Amino acid sequence: MSIRGRFRHSRGDFRLDVDFDLPGRGVTGVQGPSGAGKTSLLRAIAGLDRAPGGQLNVNGADWQRDKDFVPPHRRRVGYVFQDCRLFPHLDVRGNLAYARRRADNRDATPETNATRLLGLAPLLDRAVTGLSGGEQRRVAIARALVRGPDILLLDEPLSGLDRDRRADVLPWLEALHRELEIPVVLVSHDPGDIDRLADHLVLMRDGRIIASGAVQDILTNPGLPPSHSDEAATVIAATVEHYEPEWQLNTLRTSGGSLHLPGEPLPPGETVRVRVAARDVSITRSQPLETSILNYLPASIDTLDDMKGGQVVARLHSGKDPYLAHLTRRSVAALKLAPGDDVFIQVKSLALIS
Amino acid sequence: MTDLAAIRLSLELAAISTLILLALGIPLAWGLSQWRWRGRFLVDAVIALPLVLPPTVLGFYLLLTLGPNGPVGRLTEALGGTTLAFSFTGLVIGSVIYSLPFVVQPLQNAFSAIGRGPMETAATLGASPLDRFFTVALPMAKPGLLSAAALGFAHTLGEFGVVLMIGGNIPGETRVASIAVYDHVESLDWGAAHTLSLTLLLLSFVLLAVIYAVNRRARWFGP
Amino acid sequence: MAPDTLIWPVMMSRTSLITVLVTLALAAQVRADTVRVAVASNFGTTLDQLVTLFEQASSHEVLVSQGSTGKLYAQVVNGAPFDVLLAADRDRPERLERDSHAIAGTRFTYAIGRLVLWHPTATALPDGAALLSSDNWSRLAIANPDLAPYGLAARQALQRLSLWDVVTPKIVMGENIAQAWLFTASGNTDLGMVALAQVKARPDSGGATWVVPAAWHDPIEQQAVLLSDSPAARGFLAFMQSGPARTVIAKAGYDLPTKRD
Repeated sequence: MSIRGRFRHSRGDFRLDVDFDLPGRGVTGVQGPSGAGKTSLLRAIAGLDRAPGGQLNVNGADWQRDKDFVPPHRRRVGYVFQDCRLFPHLDVRGNLAYARRRADNRDATPETNATRLLGLAPLLDRAVTGLSGGEQRRVAIARALVRGPDILLLDEPLSGLDRDRRADVLPWLEALHRELEIPVVLVSHDPGDIDRLADHLVLMRDGRIIASGAVQDILTNPGLPPSHSDEAATVIAATVEHYEPEWQLNTLRTSGGSLHLPGEPLPPGETVRVRVAARDVSITRSQPLETSILNYLPASIDTLDDMKGGQVVARLHSGKDPYLAHLTRRSVAALKLAPGDDVFIQVKSLALIS
Repeated sequence: MTDLAAIRLSLELAAISTLILLALGIPLAWGLSQWRWRGRFLVDAVIALPLVLPPTVLGFYLLLTLGPNGPVGRLTEALGGTTLAFSFTGLVIGSVIYSLPFVVQPLQNAFSAIGRGPMETAATLGASPLDRFFTVALPMAKPGLLSAAALGFAHTLGEFGVVLMIGGNIPGETRVASIAVYDHVESLDWGAAHTLSLTLLLLSFVLLAVIYAVNRRARWFGP
Repeated sequence: MAPDTLIWPVMMSRTSLITVLVTLALAAQVRADTVRVAVASNFGTTLDQLVTLFEQASSHEVLVSQGSTGKLYAQVVNGAPFDVLLAADRDRPERLERDSHAIAGTRFTYAIGRLVLWHPTATALPDGAALLSSDNWSRLAIANPDLAPYGLAARQALQRLSLWDVVTPKIVMGENIAQAWLFTASGNTDLGMVALAQVKARPDSGGATWVVPAAWHDPIEQQAVLLSDSPAARGFLAFMQSGPARTVIAKAGYDLPTKRD
């Protein structure tokens, strides 16, 4: 099960030149600066831009091969455009019904399911022009699901939304991630969106794919741009062990040791994902004593790479989990750090993703 | 009363011409709003010709074209009919050509304003090209559609030069209100000219006012 | 309205008055040698020949404005600066004279129109009346009897043949005699009742004609009248009644009045 394709075509000055093989299940994030060709890739997959000589096979079905080209309306693709593109002449219910009537797939997500999945029940009779940005996104996603797609394409589902509106959409996207069986391709220029939602990650620059792989591998690869960005982070899988009501702390077990997460109690035994930002990780040579920082783990240094601004990005692993740390060049010199060294990492804060 | 018959004839002519204009103009305007090809400016120019040509020029060439020596006249005669000059059908043909730009241009603007976005969206939702034309493009172009119909109707109602050339002033067949007014004026019967003109004026005004009022409401989508 | 726009015409009046006076003086100078003739369209081509003769014979210049008699009449009533009207009928010059828009006693018939039945595809037309009574045609173009003298004459002729009510459904009306001619020439009607002068002016128009007897309709008297008195204008009207002018008019397809009325 996979999404395989190749597109080579030009539009004005822009040239898309991609060759890809993506998992046929789960969420693939496509990340890159604006103008990298992320949207062009989605449009080519949807068949909206017809690239001569392109190839595309989605989970065994040829959508484009040599001269054969399946037109977009026969592709069973759910496309959520960046500007939502709800039909202004129909209300919310009408927009969903429009997709429903044309769904030729018996397995299509029923309207009631999509409505529930995206919390649209109170909005059904509203005019689309009166909806907030977040509400519009949710309706657009539901409409795409009702169509019964074999693949869901999301173009910047969170961009342009303020923090409250993001909070309005994000949980629904995470629910999709858990419940959907179909592959999802999610485009974003924001690495933060990607590591929350994606399993697989594609990096794009100037119309080309520069890297493609598991999110963890791409984000922590010191040879790739994400590990150098201020937002650089890793996502660690952990199991909930127990909760201490006295301190309001959850204890999580990772492959490298225990981590403590403040907040509400989590159900013991559940697997959760936590995000650790590179700028929140520091390194000590010896086991820290008398520190206010709760979380420290033994780790060993894999690589050290110079970054701009006199900084160094260190990639480490603790157990099987990769970590990133942004350090100053001076600290690296003072501690005489080198690849292969065994050290301790201190984690100032971590964030629960799901 | 012959003037009443003339008004009825004008309304009939305008109504039938408007229906045909919409049937022709909608696909034409859609095509023009979608296709970008090199020779398009020529089509645009041809459609806009009636805007600049004096109606008498149009009428003159129509008379020659519809006549037994013209291409259309030869065709209609070969098909077992008569020529179309001085007939209601002839007037309808003339009106359709004469009012075509008034129908095509608002429609073309309305279709262009929709842009590619909604049509692409409909495609990804499984709508075939014809399906999305009827379920997305037409409903979204509703204000333009009403404007086009109103302009086509009003322009045909006020048509004079073309009818003068190809009509032949036959009561009940080609003697429309504008011609009747002209006859009254020319024969110095100003009283009758006033009555008929004011009736026509009032009728047109009410009609346009109603259509624009409806149009104004239609601009606001949804309930 | 802003106050200065109200004052503006008053302030302008003094300078513009001088301009107007100068213009008028110059115009009077020109008018001494120029005759402005308003002519009914059907007589336009004949007038061109007459003007050439007149300008050769005199020092005067003729400016010609062409239009339908009805429109020219309306223009004269509303102050159009014509010196002479050559109408296509008798009615309009009479009205102008009666309402003091024309100079009394100057009105006269300069030509009498002849109506013909024109069959543009026939080679000979010995008996037009018989053809009109037959079923061998489908459409007949005439000028509008309510508007045009030739149209009225056509109706009278058809009434005399007791055909008017029978052929009414087959009649197509042009606004004027020029349009009736166009309908016939373009083949849209197979017959036309047009002016003899029109056929004569276009020898290449083909077909055959039959001249409708003058007694079958009221004479189509085309009358001239002096609108604005000047020696040049009077000279032109006198020329219109001279031998050379009468020859040109007769050759163009008009009958001539025997005496001045």
